[in-house]
Amino acid sequence: MNHIVHNGGLYKRPFNEAFEETPMLVAVLTYVGYGVLTLFGYLRDFMRQWKIEKCQNATEREEQKDFVPLYQDFENFYNRNLYMRIRDSWNRPICSVPGAKVDMMERISHDYNWTFTYTGRVIKDIINMGSYNYLGFAQKSGTCQEAAAKVLSQYGAGVCSTRQEMGNLDKHEELEKLVARFLGVESAMAYGMGFATNSMNIPALVGKGCLILSDELNHASLVLGARLSGATIRIFKHNNMQSLEKLLKDAIVHGQPRTRRPWKKILILVEGIYSMEGSIVRLPEVIALKKKYKSYLYLDEAHSIGALGPSGRGVVEYFGLNPEDVDVMMGTFTKSFGAAGGYIGGKKELIDYLRTYSHSAVYATSLSPPVVEQIITSMKCIMGEDGTTVGKARVQQLAENTRYFRRRLKEMGFIIYGNEDSPVVPLMLYMPAKIGAFGREMLKRNIGVVVVGFPATPIIESRARFCLSAAHTKEMLDTALKEINEVGDLLQLKYSRHRLVPLLDRPFDETTYEETED
Amino acid sequence: MDVKRVKDYIYWLYFQYLLITCSYVLEPWERSMFHTITLTVFAMVLYTAYVFVPIHVRLAFQFFSQIFGGQPESTV
Repeated sequence: MNHIVHNGGLYKRPFNEAFEETPMLVAVLTYVGYGVLTLFGYLRDFMRQWKIEKCQNATEREEQKDFVPLYQDFENFYNRNLYMRIRDSWNRPICSVPGAKVDMMERISHDYNWTFTYTGRVIKDIINMGSYNYLGFAQKSGTCQEAAAKVLSQYGAGVCSTRQEMGNLDKHEELEKLVARFLGVESAMAYGMGFATNSMNIPALVGKGCLILSDELNHASLVLGARLSGATIRIFKHNNMQSLEKLLKDAIVHGQPRTRRPWKKILILVEGIYSMEGSIVRLPEVIALKKKYKSYLYLDEAHSIGALGPSGRGVVEYFGLNPEDVDVMMGTFTKSFGAAGGYIGGKKELIDYLRTYSHSAVYATSLSPPVVEQIITSMKCIMGEDGTTVGKARVQQLAENTRYFRRRLKEMGFIIYGNEDSPVVPLMLYMPAKIGAFGREMLKRNIGVVVVGFPATPIIESRARFCLSAAHTKEMLDTALKEINEVGDLLQLKYSRHRLVPLLDRPFDETTYEETED
Repeated sequence: MDVKRVKDYIYWLYFQYLLITCSYVLEPWERSMFHTITLTVFAMVLYTAYVFVPIHVRLAFQFFSQIFGGQPESTV
C-alpha cells in the first residue's frame, strides 16, 4: 500500500495508489470454484470424445486425429469449458454511438452460449460504463461531427495508399503539426491503427544487440513489438522502481550475455495508465533513472492522453515534467479523441527516421480523412483553440467524475485497484461464477459493464472494469452507483477490509440520507 | 410478510452457494449431479460425526483426566 511517498522531492503532488491484498478465504473459494469447473470440464470433454454428447467446438478432422493435437492445451480447455459458459457478457452488439448511453441488440442463446439468436428487440439507453470515451467525444452531433461530415464530402472516406506512396494528404500534415504542438514536442507522426503503431515502430527503433526493459503488465502491442524487434527483453515488476534500477545496473555492469560488450541501446517501455490495473506509472522516478543510466524511454499514453493533467496533455503534464525528457511519446486517438489511430512524438530527427523506416509508414494505409478531421477538431477543442471552454470543462468534469466515483465505490466496501486519479476503475470480482453473474445482473439493470477474466488478468484476479467519461452526468453516476451497490450486496462483492469513513465534505442532500437508512 | 423475508433470505443463501461453488454457470443436469454429490458427501460427514464424535470425546476426556488426575481408580 503506497500512500504519500515524496521521493526526494520528485513528486509535486501526492501519489495515492493501492492494490488491496486478496482475502485468504476469497482466494481459497475461488480455487474451489475453478476446481469444480475443471472437473466438469474433464467430464464434458470425456463425453464429447466418446460421442455421448455432440461436439460443437472446433476439432481436427477424422484424418488428422493422429497428427499433433491442436486443441489439447490449457487455453483451449479453458475456452470450451469455462469461457463458453459465460460468453454472453462479451461481444455484445451495440447499435448506436458509444456515448454516455448506448443501445444494444438483445440476444438469447438456446444451447448454452454456443450459438446466439437476436430477439429483434433493442435495449435502449444503457448507461455505458465500458467504452473508452474519456472526454465524451464519441458523439453523433456537434462541431466534431459537422467538421468530419464536411471533410467526408470533400475527400471521401478511402485513402487507397500508404503514407510513402500516394496516401500523404495535407490533412495528415496539419494533424501532425497540431499533435506536436499539443504534446510540446518537436515533431510527430500519425498512423492508422494504435496497435500497429506500437508493434510496427518498436522494431524500427531497436534491434539485435539492444536491451528492452519492459513493465510486467505491458499491453500486448508493446510485447509484440518488443518480440518482433529481436532485442533482448527483460521484465521488471509492475511500477517497481527498485526492480527497474537493479535491471539497469546489471545491464550496464555486465553488458550483453555472452560477449560482455556494452548494449547498443537500452529502451524502457512503460505505459501512462495501465488499463487492467488502473495504475499510473511513476514517471518522475523513471525519468530520473533514465537520466542516471543514460537509457531511452518509450511512453505509451494510450489511456492517459486527454484523460490526465490539468489541460489534458497526459501523464507528463500530470506530474509537471518536461516533455523533452521522454524520448518517444506514443499515444492513441481511439480513447480520448473519439477517433482511431495512433501517433508517435519526439525529436525531429527521430520522427524523420521513422517516416522512412517504420513498417507502418511504408506498408499500412494512412488515416482516413473524416477520422483525421475528428481528431483535429477534438484536439483543438481540448486545447481551447476553437474559442470555447468546452474542452477545459470536459477535462475538469472527467477529473471530478473520477474522484467521486472512486471514493463512493471505496466507501461502499468494494476492492478497487489503482491510482486515485485514473479514470479506469477495476472492481475485483475474483470468483468465476461472479464474472458472468455481474455482467448479466448489471445488464438487467440497464448498465453496460466490461468484465475481464483469464487470460487478460491472473486467474484468480478477475475484475469488472469501469471507464469513466466526461459525458457521464452526476445523475448517471449516482444511478450506476446505486445499481452497483445493489448488485454488490446481491453477489456479496464487498470484500474490502479497510472500511473508509465517509468524508464529511459530501453535501447532505437526499442521497446521503437514503444511504444511511439501510 | 415475515415468511416472505425468510424465504427470500434462504433463496439468497442458495444463490451464494451457487456462486461460490460455480454451479451457477453449469447446465441443469450438471447442477443436479453436483447437488447430489455435495449432499451425499455432506450427509456422510454428518453421519460420521454422529456415530464417532461422542465416543472419541469420551475417550479423550478419560485419557486427559488420567494424566492430570494421576490416581488409579481403586478396584474396591
